[in-house]
Amino acid sequence: MAPKKRVAIRNHSAEANLFARRTFISFIAVMIISLVLFSNIYDLEVNSYQKYQTRSNSNRIKLLPVAPNRGLIYDRNGVLLADNTPVYSLEVIPEQVDDIKSRLAEVSQLLDISQEKQDKLLKAVKSKRRFKPIELYSRLSEQQVSLFSVNQHKFPGFFIDARLKRYYPFADLTTHSLGYVARINGRDSLALEKQGLAENYAATRNIGKLGLEKYYQDILHGTIGHQEVEINNLGRVIRTLDFTPPIPGKDLTLTLDIELQMIAKRALSGKRGAVVAIDPRDGGILAMYSNPSFDGNLFVHGISSKKYKKLLAPESNKPLLNRTVQGYPPASTIKPLLALTGLDAGVITPETEIYDPGFYQLPGIETKRRDWKKWGHGKVDLNKSLEQSCNIYYYDLAYKLGITRISQMMMKFGFGEYTGIDLHEESRAIMPSIEWKRARYNKAWYTGETLSVGIGQSYWSVTPLQLAQAITILVNKGKIKVPHLLKATSEVLVNNNASTPLPLITEYVVDEKAPITLKDPKSWDVVLDGLHNTVQKLGATGHTAFKGSKYDAAGKTGSAQTSNIAQDEEYDASKVRESRRDNAMFIAFAPYENPEIVIAVAIENVAEGGGGANAAPVARQIMDQYFGDREIVSKDPRKHPNHDNVYHQNIKNIAGNP
Amino acid sequence: MRSTGHDQHRQHTLWQRLHIDLPLLGGILALMTLGLFVVYSAGGQESAVLIRHAKRVGVALLVMFIVAQVPPLSYRKWAVPVFILGLMLLTAVLLFGHVGKGAQRWLDLGVTKFQPSEIMKLVVPIMIAWYVSQYDLPTKISKIIIAFILVLIPTLLIAKQPDLGTSLLIASSGVFVIFLAGASWKLIGTCVGLASAFAPILWMFLMKPYQKQRVLTFLNPEQDPLGSGYHIIQSKIAIGSGGIHGKGWLQGTQSQLEFLPERHTDFIFAVFSEEFGLIGVGLLLTVYLAIVMRGLWIAVNAQHAFTKLLAGSLTLTFFVYVFVNIGMVSGLLPVVGVPLPLVSYGGTSMVTLMAGFGMLMAISTHRRFNI
Repeated sequence: MAPKKRVAIRNHSAEANLFARRTFISFIAVMIISLVLFSNIYDLEVNSYQKYQTRSNSNRIKLLPVAPNRGLIYDRNGVLLADNTPVYSLEVIPEQVDDIKSRLAEVSQLLDISQEKQDKLLKAVKSKRRFKPIELYSRLSEQQVSLFSVNQHKFPGFFIDARLKRYYPFADLTTHSLGYVARINGRDSLALEKQGLAENYAATRNIGKLGLEKYYQDILHGTIGHQEVEINNLGRVIRTLDFTPPIPGKDLTLTLDIELQMIAKRALSGKRGAVVAIDPRDGGILAMYSNPSFDGNLFVHGISSKKYKKLLAPESNKPLLNRTVQGYPPASTIKPLLALTGLDAGVITPETEIYDPGFYQLPGIETKRRDWKKWGHGKVDLNKSLEQSCNIYYYDLAYKLGITRISQMMMKFGFGEYTGIDLHEESRAIMPSIEWKRARYNKAWYTGETLSVGIGQSYWSVTPLQLAQAITILVNKGKIKVPHLLKATSEVLVNNNASTPLPLITEYVVDEKAPITLKDPKSWDVVLDGLHNTVQKLGATGHTAFKGSKYDAAGKTGSAQTSNIAQDEEYDASKVRESRRDNAMFIAFAPYENPEIVIAVAIENVAEGGGGANAAPVARQIMDQYFGDREIVSKDPRKHPNHDNVYHQNIKNIAGNP
Repeated sequence: MRSTGHDQHRQHTLWQRLHIDLPLLGGILALMTLGLFVVYSAGGQESAVLIRHAKRVGVALLVMFIVAQVPPLSYRKWAVPVFILGLMLLTAVLLFGHVGKGAQRWLDLGVTKFQPSEIMKLVVPIMIAWYVSQYDLPTKISKIIIAFILVLIPTLLIAKQPDLGTSLLIASSGVFVIFLAGASWKLIGTCVGLASAFAPILWMFLMKPYQKQRVLTFLNPEQDPLGSGYHIIQSKIAIGSGGIHGKGWLQGTQSQLEFLPERHTDFIFAVFSEEFGLIGVGLLLTVYLAIVMRGLWIAVNAQHAFTKLLAGSLTLTFFVYVFVNIGMVSGLLPVVGVPLPLVSYGGTSMVTLMAGFGMLMAISTHRRFNI
């Protein structure tokens, strides 16, 4: 077909009309599609504006948690016991360094970083985001900090970061009561999550693991702050939009007197034992020291396994053990309380006398129980029984009372129960009873065991804290004030109206339990008078310990057997193994009228002599410090005479070792 | 015109003589100017990006001007050989092509890399328009089938690269010619029916996994918000958070903080919507519609069936760019790589588009000398 011919018969106007129609239809389609596009955009930008606005903001705005500063801890006189000190670390932002390898080598030469560590760091640098700081060296010494600071201009991108770490200036002196903080571990995080606190701890690294640091963790921690920042798609911070400062944790002021702690440490040095001193007027713990102790600072940075093994080694004598809340046989120290039980039960009167031939026999039983004095004390009444710590009197008394009456009364004095002190590490120790023995050993109770309980032996164990608390109840004549370490909390109130922030001090409210009431309140005075005589009367068991003291003390000695001695065999400390030697116990309070301090002392496996010779001097030294002219007065730990070395050594240890 | 005065007449003839259609040029320049601003904002406010884009805009304008000088009816002579050459090149790309971004689109000529599919965007409508315009309109069904086959061959070759966006644009440019040439509605209905029947087969056998993924992502982007759904979610957030007035030029957080991917290329519309809001979108769509209207006006007023069909097809294909791009960026369509015409950063497609506009201008200004 020839094109020319075809062109000739084409109807051009009909074709043009067809084309125009189709073009018009296309145009209508274009308009409709445009409308669809526009209405879709309208839907996104108008109807869903709020939704997408929110999502856009959540894309770009991030809340960075800011950890609050942990509350400080002071002793009753304002001496700082737990501080937050800056720890310096060297950090680098890789993207700000032109040649990281050679720069790192130079810095390493300056600060003496090993080649091995450099290689490890280089690897770390490569795997991390280039604008995020990387820690190169933790815990720089002051010398390293100053060395680097002088040369900082040579190392752009490198900088020193200061972080606050817990520091206990008195080290081992306070560890058993303060405890320590350490890195939050998996179990801690789980616990925090359960309590719904995970959010508040988002920026926190350390948490109280022991002692008051653990008990008052929530109060010490504070409230998290937030920095609202704008970030890009890689998470790089572009700018800060808003800042909500964290609220620091509350400071704690303790009832503890660091000076008494020092005396306690000195008095117990070379011995295994514990001392607890309570102010009976409010139940505040004045001193609480367990020897040997350990330095809580070791755990703040994570203890090395070598150092930890050393703490666990047998020759270290279990420093981790808090002996103040560890059970010991109370021995004769509980005789005053048994005498009180006897008076209240009516089985004895102050005038009741027994005859002590030097031994005691249960009716119809051959076995003789010996008194510590071989030839006996002769005629013994209540007062003399305390002064001379006559065992025969208390065998007889225990026999008359029976175990049930004894344990019921002793439980009222807190034995076998938690005292409720503000520590989680407390032990209940054991107050034996018929029910207890059945539950524990599924065995019947023997009368012979009642006799042993009468002199504070057998299954009976008490913690030095319980003992001090029981004597506190005694000197308070039945009033029970729960012992505590916290004296007050203080926080700084941030008030926008006031130019200077106001500190708000909240005094600790002492918890009281239902008091012990006796049928005849005079019984209290009878027993207290006995304790007074035990110390004040010439020839009484506690007399030598407080000879010449300026204050009027009362007390009771005790020597606990740690192993059974065969009948008629004589105990000689020098002949038995160290671990089987007697424990020395002592309780005391002063002044006799209106007591201000109650002390319980326990010393393990003493070489020679009982509580009077070994434990009483510890109480004496503490009371001398408490009542006498204070030899230690400075509030600066570095100026305390016996802590110079410890403090400086600690500073060196913390700063020096990476 | 002649009665309105000597000066105006001369001016009119000056543009005519330069083969420039002023309303079309106005719309194009408006979009290009806008493009410069948005590319600067989306490209991290770097002047280097802006300068490169401006250079390409200049090159594209030059190409348009040159193409506009060629009498449109003369394309017909070249239609068949260029079409065959194009098919050969497309085959060559599949055999020896350079792989970029997971697809073979480029032919390395040693000196420069060359994308034959871009040429086909112009060659296919010319070829089909030439073929169809030889016969009476409306086109008979036998001719339509042949025309369809002519469209299908390059479309499939390009889809195989794989470049879904370009093959879609090329297919539509051919289909538009057939539609404008008066294909019967019955046939159109049948084709639509067949196509929907063909869709499952396409899904099962022909689509690549990544293409399937795009469709799945389109159907439910929130399913994988950090993976394949990320693009479309971030894009919708950008558009939606723009609101009525927009966040302001250079103030779009989604784009400035780089949450939005492909900001200065395929997803530039999201940047624009975020910063200029619904008002800006309305204005942008108006300019596009104005260009489409002018293009269709040129088509209707062209004096030969070939130029009518070519102008109509080029104009409607231009709108397909707009529809597919805005549709995908705002979540109406699955993500296929189509730029926002005359605004997106990217040289090759802009040059091709402007060559197309050059043809439209030629059709508009050469018509008095056509016959």
